Formats: sequence, structure tokens, C-alpha cells
Amino acid sequence: MKIHEYQASELFKKSGLPVVDGQVTSEVDEAVSFAQSIGYPVVLKSQVLVGGRGKAGGIKVVKSEEELREKYQDLKNLTIKGYPVRKILVVKAIDIQKEFYLAAIVDTAQDDIVLIASSEGGVEIEETAKTNPDAIKKYYLQGQKSLDPARFPSFIQGVFDTPELQAQGTKVFEGLLKTFFDNDCSLAEINPLVIDGTGTIYAADAKINLDDNALMRHEGLEDLRDMDYENADELEAKKHNLSFVKLDGNVGCIVNGAGLAMATMDIVKLSGGNPANFLDVGGSSNPEKVLNAIKIILRSPEVKAILINIFGGITRCDDIANGILEAKKQIDLPVPLVIRLTGTNEKEAKDILTAAGVETFSTMREAVNKVVELARG
Amino acid sequence: MSVIVDNNTKVIVQGITGRDGSFHAQQMLEYGTKVVGGVTPGKGGQEVHGVPVFNSVAEAKSATGANCAIIYVPAKFAKAAMLEDIEAGMELIICISEGLPMLDMVDVRHAMKGKNIRLIGPNCPGVISPGQCKVGIMPGHIHKPGPIGVVSRSGTLTYEVVYNLTLNDIGQTSCVGIGGDPIIGTRFIDVLEMFNKDDETQGIVMVGEIGGQDEQIAAEYIKREIKKPVVGFIAGRTAPKGKRMGHAGAIISSGDSTAEAKRAILEDAGVHVVDFPDEIPPIFKQKLA
Repeated sequence: MKIHEYQASELFKKSGLPVVDGQVTSEVDEAVSFAQSIGYPVVLKSQVLVGGRGKAGGIKVVKSEEELREKYQDLKNLTIKGYPVRKILVVKAIDIQKEFYLAAIVDTAQDDIVLIASSEGGVEIEETAKTNPDAIKKYYLQGQKSLDPARFPSFIQGVFDTPELQAQGTKVFEGLLKTFFDNDCSLAEINPLVIDGTGTIYAADAKINLDDNALMRHEGLEDLRDMDYENADELEAKKHNLSFVKLDGNVGCIVNGAGLAMATMDIVKLSGGNPANFLDVGGSSNPEKVLNAIKIILRSPEVKAILINIFGGITRCDDIANGILEAKKQIDLPVPLVIRLTGTNEKEAKDILTAAGVETFSTMREAVNKVVELARG
Repeated sequence: MSVIVDNNTKVIVQGITGRDGSFHAQQMLEYGTKVVGGVTPGKGGQEVHGVPVFNSVAEAKSATGANCAIIYVPAKFAKAAMLEDIEAGMELIICISEGLPMLDMVDVRHAMKGKNIRLIGPNCPGVISPGQCKVGIMPGHIHKPGPIGVVSRSGTLTYEVVYNLTLNDIGQTSCVGIGGDPIIGTRFIDVLEMFNKDDETQGIVMVGEIGGQDEQIAAEYIKREIKKPVVGFIAGRTAPKGKRMGHAGAIISSGDSTAEAKRAILEDAGVHVVDFPDEIPPIFKQKLA
């Protein structure tokens, strides 16, 4: 889950990181009164969860109240990559002497957490990674939860050139690591970390991605989710423990397992159809899940037929069969269902459905061809 | 021959008293797997399907001589279950549980460092060597013994592939579901190496998906080392960019991890990449004839 800069800044602040004085605002008057309290110039930063905010004109430096009022309105009218700007973070403008890039991330290829730093900070960091990889320094935690006094100094000395900056930099990394562990981040990034005219270091930006699988053990983090970025159907699905992603086709797909669900979508497409969604009912399915899955897919009026493709492993086909019958009882289905069931308790499932007069298929190819044909009408 | 599990595998089931653990312990027993014990803290002394339940892995291991643990506990307990296995020196750990926090897996991988322990998963269907031993949740009856090794990041998609092989009378040496998470114990390249060394494995199916770089790393190995025929399938061609498709690993993060890029790299390594799972059997019929 991605969270906004102002939310990430709060988490940074809790971990003792030197964030720039700032306040998140929704109204221009809030921004004006905060700007007066810290003094001009200030920076107005649009809060959106997509990259390229600066290039899209979402960040403005203003020197007076008049200018603030004008630019604030401009930003409020802005849409960045399709997302409206609802909140604006107002921060003190810093006299930037030098910029750095800092991050903590899980390196999945190494099964380890890595700290990354570069003295070539700013928006072009990805370019630097390609053209000048030596400018990017890495420090692997190697299973440790804190900075190793034997290994860390040589890393920090490679990033900052004076003992004073190295001391401040070490504190920043300690804070970054604390943020990372305290919140189960998959990424915590400061870009740029800046040094001002007095030689003081500040985190001038804050970016955090949280591990969705770990949200359950952190009270309050789920509340940081911005509903602007969530699809209503996808949220409804989540409530029922279904993994759902809306697409633009007309063949509804209910599948167990993410891999088979993706493959089913691919094969619908290759067979001349157009998948309406990705939906994984998951393992350990109970009949209720099938009913909820059908209801969610039917929220899209463009769906012309639904394919239920189940290969039972931990999922039992008879649970699915009972769910299908329950759905037929509870909802007046406006579109045909094409059912393919194979695997664990397949025979029991087919007996249940055959007794109820419901046709089933054994192979994916047959079922996909059938559903594509029905969706064409 | 087979890889990872065989007739000598003696299994304990962690979470045997739960709904899934109990059901699949029974399924494994019916398949002929040597399920010698179960572990649920606080429930030692009970029996499930005639299998004794112990309070701890160490206790179960010393009482039964088990060399493999399979884990069915909820995600929030899975890390502790794996650490207990590592502590007890279990040779093989197969973690079925899904939804594990990434930092838990970082801890588990570090605890394994320098120890001769193999972990399969998490978020995987397990391993089966048809006719000998099934340690996982896959439906046993769709498999049959034979010459093909199957390795996959997916669960149910693997069954689809195996089912097509078996329907066409092509059996399998072993089928290994490595799991769909970003951090896993055993990767494609590890299993490809085992299949390459295994004399009875005459051909390999590799089922990948979008996200990550493991298929690319595997492709390099295949190009360099494997002379046996390899058939590939990559799921996720229609997945929208940047969207999470259930598997935490299946996120298209850069151009390199799209289905099309992976297909191209595998094809370049000499892998026969198919569009439909039912296109796999005819290829082996021809290549192994």
C-alpha cells in the first residue's frame, strides 16, 4: 500500500527523522495561516500517489500570501495522471546546498534489507543507477536489526565527506531503519535528503510503501489508505477476502489461485474474448465466497457471461458447487454461467451439480470457448 | 528417481488440528505419504487420523524420526513455525501458508543461513513425486509417475499443466510448486539444477508469471546448462501494469518483468514457450519419441 508524503513524513517524524516543518492542508486559509507562522518563502506540494509530480507542475515555491493564494488554487485545479489534488502539504522552503538520495528497501533477490545512498540525489536517481552505478552505495543488513558498528562507518564515509555530516547521516539512517521496521515497510525513501546553508540535514521528501500482508499487525496503518485510489468493486471484494481487479472486458472470471486466474484471463483473450476481471477466490474456499464473487462481478453491467474455472487443491470442488447452487437460489442470474471443475472432490461436485441440472466442463479449453461464444451473444 | 521428496520422506504436519491441516494430512496419508506426526502447541497427546500430535517440532522429530515438516498454520504464526523447524534441524520445510509479511521471510531466510535446510514456499502447493510421496495440497489423482519434471510459481496453474500431461499419458518425476511470494526458500534455478542432474527426468516444464527476475535468471541457466527439452508457460499477459494480481511477486515493476519480456528471454534460451497448457503434451510426445 502506498501512502502520501504527509503521512510518510508523520511516520518519519515519530522515528526521529529531521523532517522539514510542514502542515497538510485542504483549504487555502489553512495554508496562509501556516505560512505566516513559519514565514515565506514556502513550498506547496500536491499530495498524489503517483510519480512525476514535480514534472507535472504539482510543486510550487511561493514568496508571498498573494502568490500562495493564486498558486494554491492552480494546484487544487490540477489533475496528475488522472488523480485530483485534494490535499496540499505546505513546508518551509530550504536553502538547498546539496541533495542526496536515501532509501531502505527489501532486496528480494538477496532475501535481505538494503540501505541505499547516493550523493547524486534528486529526480534523476534512476538514470544515475544506469549511467553511474558507482555513485550508488549499498549497505546490506545481513539479518541485523540495527547498524553494525563494524561495517556501517565505511558505508557512511563513502556517502558523506565530513565527520559532522557523517554523524547526522548515521542518525538519519537509524531513523529510516526504525521507520522501516516499526511499520513493516517494503520501501522507505528520502529523495531528496538535503543539506542547507548551515550544514544541517533535512528529509525534504518522504515516500513509504507498506507491506499489505503486514497491515494486520499495525494498528492505524490501514486508516492511511486513500480511497481515491481504490476501485469500489475491488474494496467490496476485499471485504469478502476475494482478490479482485477490474478490467474492461465482458467475460467475468472466477478462478482459484492467482496463477490460474491470470492464465484464464490470458486464454480468454487468446480465444477471442475479453476478460472483465481478475478474481481469485483463494484457497480454503467456502460456498459463501462463490456467491460473493458472482455478486461482485455482476456489479459491472457490461459482463455478458461468467466463467467459473476451479482446479481444486486446497479448494474443494464440492464447496464451489454448493456455492454455485446457493447463488442460483439467491440471485436471479442475468447472464449464463460456464462451469469447469477439476481436482479435489471433483466427483462429489459434479454429482451435486448434475443432480441440480447444471452442466459442467472438465477442460479449460472447452469452458473458455463456451464462455467466449456466449459473451459474443 | 525424483527430487526433494521420495519414499524415504517422513513428514510431520504443523497445524494438523486445523481445518486445512487435518484435511490435507488425511489426503497425504491416503496418497501413501509417510505422515508420522503432527504438531499443535497445547494439543500434544491427541491423535488426528491415527497420527500422534506433539506440542513441539523437536518433540515430534525425536519421537518419529521425521525429516520433513509441512506448515498449514495461519500467516501470523508461520514465521514462528519455520523458525522452530530450523531450530530443530528439520532437513526439509514446506510452507503452504500464504500472506506472510515480507520482513518475516527476511528473518526466516537469515535463520537458515549456513544450515543445510531446504525450504519450499511459502504460499506454495508443495511437492509431489508421483507414486511415492505427496507433501502438499495438490490433488494426488491427477499425477502419474513418468519422465517430466514440473516446476512452477503457481499452485492451481501447476495442476492444470500436470492434468494435461497425465491426460496424455505423460507422467512426472516430481512436481515442485516454489510459491508466488517475492521471498521464497527455493527458486526456479535451484529446482532446474535438480531436474538437470536427475537421470530419470527427461524433460522439464517451467511455469512462470509476471513480476520479479527469477525466470530471467533461470533462462541464463537453461541456456548454459540444460540439454533436456524445456517447455515454458508464463501467466499474466493480460494483467494491467502495476496492479497486484494476488501473488505479491506478481507485480509488474519494470519493463523486464512483463510476460512478453519473460517469454522472449526464455525463447532465446531455447525454451519452447506455449500459449495454452494443453499445447505442452504434444511437444514432449514429439521430443521424447
